[in-house]
Amino acid sequence: MPLTALDLTLLIPLLSALIFALIGHWRHTGWLNCLFTALTWLASLQLALQILNQGPQLAHDRLFYIDAFNVYLIVLTTFIGMTTAIFSRPYMAHELTTGRVNPKRMRIYHTMYQAFLFSMLLALTTNNLGLLWVAMEAATLATVLLVSLYRTPESIEAAWKYFILCGVGIAQALFGTVLLYFAAEQVIPQHENALLWSVLHAHAHQLEDTVMSIAFVFILVGYGTKVGLVPLHNWLPDAHSEGPTPMSAVLSGLLLNVGLYALVRIKVLVDGALDHNLAGYLMMGFGLLSFSVASFFLHRQKDIKRLFSYSSIEHMGLMTLAFGLGHPLATFGALLHMTVHSLTKSAIFITVGHAAQIAGTQSIDKIRGLIHTQPPVGWGLLIGTVAIAGFPPFGIFMSEFLLITALMKTGPWLTLPLLLGLGIAFAGLFKHVQPMVYGEAPPGQHPVPANMLPVLVQLGLVLWLGLSIPLFLNNWFDEATLLITGTSVWSVL
Amino acid sequence: MILNNLTHYEQAILVLSALVLFTSFALLSQPRLLNLINTFAWQGTLLALTAALVAFTSHQPHLYISALLTLILKAWLIPWMLRHQVLKLKLHHETETLTNGTLILLGGIALVIFCYHVTLPLERLSTLATRNIIAISLANVLLSLLLIISHRQAVSQVVGFMAMENGLFFAALVSTHGMPMIVELGIAFDILVASVLFGVFFLHIRENIDTLNVDHMNRLSENEPTVRN
Repeated sequence: MPLTALDLTLLIPLLSALIFALIGHWRHTGWLNCLFTALTWLASLQLALQILNQGPQLAHDRLFYIDAFNVYLIVLTTFIGMTTAIFSRPYMAHELTTGRVNPKRMRIYHTMYQAFLFSMLLALTTNNLGLLWVAMEAATLATVLLVSLYRTPESIEAAWKYFILCGVGIAQALFGTVLLYFAAEQVIPQHENALLWSVLHAHAHQLEDTVMSIAFVFILVGYGTKVGLVPLHNWLPDAHSEGPTPMSAVLSGLLLNVGLYALVRIKVLVDGALDHNLAGYLMMGFGLLSFSVASFFLHRQKDIKRLFSYSSIEHMGLMTLAFGLGHPLATFGALLHMTVHSLTKSAIFITVGHAAQIAGTQSIDKIRGLIHTQPPVGWGLLIGTVAIAGFPPFGIFMSEFLLITALMKTGPWLTLPLLLGLGIAFAGLFKHVQPMVYGEAPPGQHPVPANMLPVLVQLGLVLWLGLSIPLFLNNWFDEATLLITGTSVWSVL
Repeated sequence: MILNNLTHYEQAILVLSALVLFTSFALLSQPRLLNLINTFAWQGTLLALTAALVAFTSHQPHLYISALLTLILKAWLIPWMLRHQVLKLKLHHETETLTNGTLILLGGIALVIFCYHVTLPLERLSTLATRNIIAISLANVLLSLLLIISHRQAVSQVVGFMAMENGLFFAALVSTHGMPMIVELGIAFDILVASVLFGVFFLHIRENIDTLNVDHMNRLSENEPTVRN
């Protein structure tokens, strides 16, 4: 049987992880890592092309299901996996020469990087909700050793917190999944199919509503921990700030998205089963709380990576709110926001990684004058921050604008805290970023080897998506909106 | 609920779930690490027994595999690894001081009542035995959470984490006759990897922070600016 594009997308990262585990560290493993991620990306492009031409597809005895909602996330994941691998090659080489890591840990790094990509892709492609949980847990396990890669007391503490908090959190999601299975068993005669999302979606209206509402609460707590929703967010800034920077880029850019994806998939089922909007209200509440808390916390950060991880919590909160609102415009905006936030945030983390290497510290007070020492890094940080703060003409402005338009139509009073929060977040970000970029560079500060191409490409894409969305992407977003809310975005325009 | 009206199978399951709940309480108030690990191994054995019983009555041969897997993983391998670590790190003489022991046990009882309250709406859907069992397995999960919160020793927290997985497995087993095989295998794999990682972590914590008491992990917090170079 020939391998399909889907097989390749999943097999390449899995095999690469095995290869890296076997061969250990070698002078050119960094290049090999770039090559493998590039191959995965090409395979996922091929997969996307198939979906574009043939529509949703089920594969391998319905174990995998690819539709408009997950196909663009798959391409996004492999793309950012590739750009981060390109960034990580010189970055980790620098860390190796400064002695923060040794060859043995480089082996762990490359193995786990690929294993992490594999588990995320598995979570995105699978049709089986049980397997989705397994993949989410595997993603946690793969990243926990990366967070503690530097073996400092802080990084060990961060990794332990991450391990326990996410492990415990995600256990709640498994309980929710068991309850879901319990509800499904009553209506679906073949029990082995009762966890398949496509089957559940067809039977959603028959599922017992009390069981489904209890199940959703558990699943929200579980996957919400991975999304970084307040009050379960404590692991996120620690894990982001103490791990190596390429890790922070993929955690923020990709893992949080996958958590939200899982949540929305299950929300669709719960919405079908319930005749009231419990799932939506819960998500709106947690989303708004996360957004507001994080925008205030931005102001008091001392560490540059913690600063941007709080910005991630803020944006995840915004997306959760938008999905919870359930209005087609908001959902369309949230899907777009997932894309542009991932691209921008991983670009920012790449720049931040270089900035921290230039200054030799992650402390905001000590990073100064980036634009004088190494202009590309300074400009990268500045433009990235402008984009993430939601300035036109970048894509995040578009998605936030759509969300606010939808809020104006459904609950105008909610726009007030939202606009206020956006303002507070903007002030918090610029208060810190402005002196880092324009301040006076301390004497003896030297440029570091940096590859700014990924940043340029990603921010370029964000700009493009802000100016015009290509037609095929537009159709995918619209199909996904139709799937999630039951209404096409064109019908409300 | 009149016990005489239940089938032998339901009665046996109820007894087993009561025993599992009992081990959860025993874990909660156990200050000695080796005893804690032994109790955890007993809980695993009870689970394997339950799985075998469910497999026998529901004629689902794949559950025998889960039973065997549980017996190997939860009753033997993971307790053995934990015991090995405890002996290697010379933690077996230490006794954890559990503050507010009585209060925690009372809290545990309150949690069990709360779980019955949460599962009350399920009444219409299912037989009495199943409802009891879902309530108890939810209670197991929450009691393990309480264990993680109340114990300060990293090893105890791992036992709590694993006991939580036990509670989930029990829930899946008795309410739905187990999850599909591929999911169970995946979960077992995750747990195995997690237990290996935990072992690695104990060493790292010991090397870098000197003690496995998690109260000493207090460098990262929002309240004080972390000073770093």
